[in-house]
Amino acid sequence: MTDDPVIEATGLGVRYARRRGWALRDCSFRLPAHRVCALVGPNGAGKSTLLALAAGLLRPTEGTIGAPPREEMAYVGQDKPLYPQLTVDETLRMGRELNPGRWDAKSAERIVGEGGLDGSVRIRSLSGGQRTRVALALALGKRPRLLLLDEPMADLDPLARHRLMGALMADTADHGTSVVMSSHILAELEGACDHLLLVDGGRVRLSGAVDDLLAAHCLLTGPATAVADLAAHTVVESRTTGRQLTALARPHGTVDADTWQTAEPSLEEILLAHLRSPGAPALALAPATEAVGA
Amino acid sequence: MLEYRIDRRSGMATYLQIVHQTKQALRLGLLAPGDQLPTAREVVEATAINPNTVLKAYRELEREGLVEGRRGMGTFVRRSLGGAPADSPLRAELADWARRASAAGMERDDVAALFTSVLDQHFKGDDT
Repeated sequence: MTDDPVIEATGLGVRYARRRGWALRDCSFRLPAHRVCALVGPNGAGKSTLLALAAGLLRPTEGTIGAPPREEMAYVGQDKPLYPQLTVDETLRMGRELNPGRWDAKSAERIVGEGGLDGSVRIRSLSGGQRTRVALALALGKRPRLLLLDEPMADLDPLARHRLMGALMADTADHGTSVVMSSHILAELEGACDHLLLVDGGRVRLSGAVDDLLAAHCLLTGPATAVADLAAHTVVESRTTGRQLTALARPHGTVDADTWQTAEPSLEEILLAHLRSPGAPALALAPATEAVGA
Repeated sequence: MLEYRIDRRSGMATYLQIVHQTKQALRLGLLAPGDQLPTAREVVEATAINPNTVLKAYRELEREGLVEGRRGMGTFVRRSLGGAPADSPLRAELADWARRASAAGMERDDVAALFTSVLDQHFKGDDT
């Protein structure tokens, strides 16, 4: 497995004609292949815009984005576009005929079959979760190198979500597919993703392997009088309660263990600290030399 | 076949949960040399975690010499752990000691603290 980026963005920006201001600005990141990347951020942060750019559905106003050619990529939009009057079987046949030479009928049928879906049922009479399953089958049947999913789990109940995520992970285990999926709820994606991209206010705030991002941050607790110590580190957020100071920081060099208690923050704590502190510097951890999953 | 239980709220890294649960199964004799671990596909399908996390756990177990990956076949147990099954003399001695500690009026926490301190004195290294 190589670690060549499957998406590479440089100085990416989008300005929609009708809306004032930039939907995305100055976005640069590299996404290594064979990873499952969580694209997280608040509503309106620019996640869907970023996915549409990667899918080639939208042209950047400035900057560039490199991604695999269309036929090697699958994109499932938030509204999961399917033809409501077609049956499940007809939808899969459409997938086969639109992707000659690369259609993987077995994978597609397995995803549909595991959901206990009847092939003769029309799309219009399926539940949201079943529709998501068909959309995912259509996308995976294409045997894509890159799979882009915009809020894939949003309308699913917890069991359907778990099953579908399991099916998706099994597929990536078999084929090494690169996946980017967005959500404004980290818990939906945590565990399934080994890479993270945090977008907020149209900018990339964090990008890197989850393990590296966790390792780059620490929670410090100590006396408020020792606040000057923190100048040596990048402080993302700090709070003082009485005599105690708590900070989420990216340490540079050693932290004085006599003065400061250190703890490893959760991914959620890191995300929330960044969202609460829009001025905190962005962090892009280069995936360049690390081995897969190391 | 072993089934992993992933607790997202445990605070322990997911790959370590797999490492621990495998070791626990080895200690309890639920896994024996020659047994196959579930494939990464089977684990991720059941737990919805990332395949790289499972591979990372298996690599760690392999590094410790507990399992070995056979190309195209899967991951197999090489050796068991502990060597103190339920009927060993060591366990009987420890049970006898625990009875005496209890008779001497020690509380559970006192016993645990004492045991841990002796453990730390005689066994170096991490507790994984």
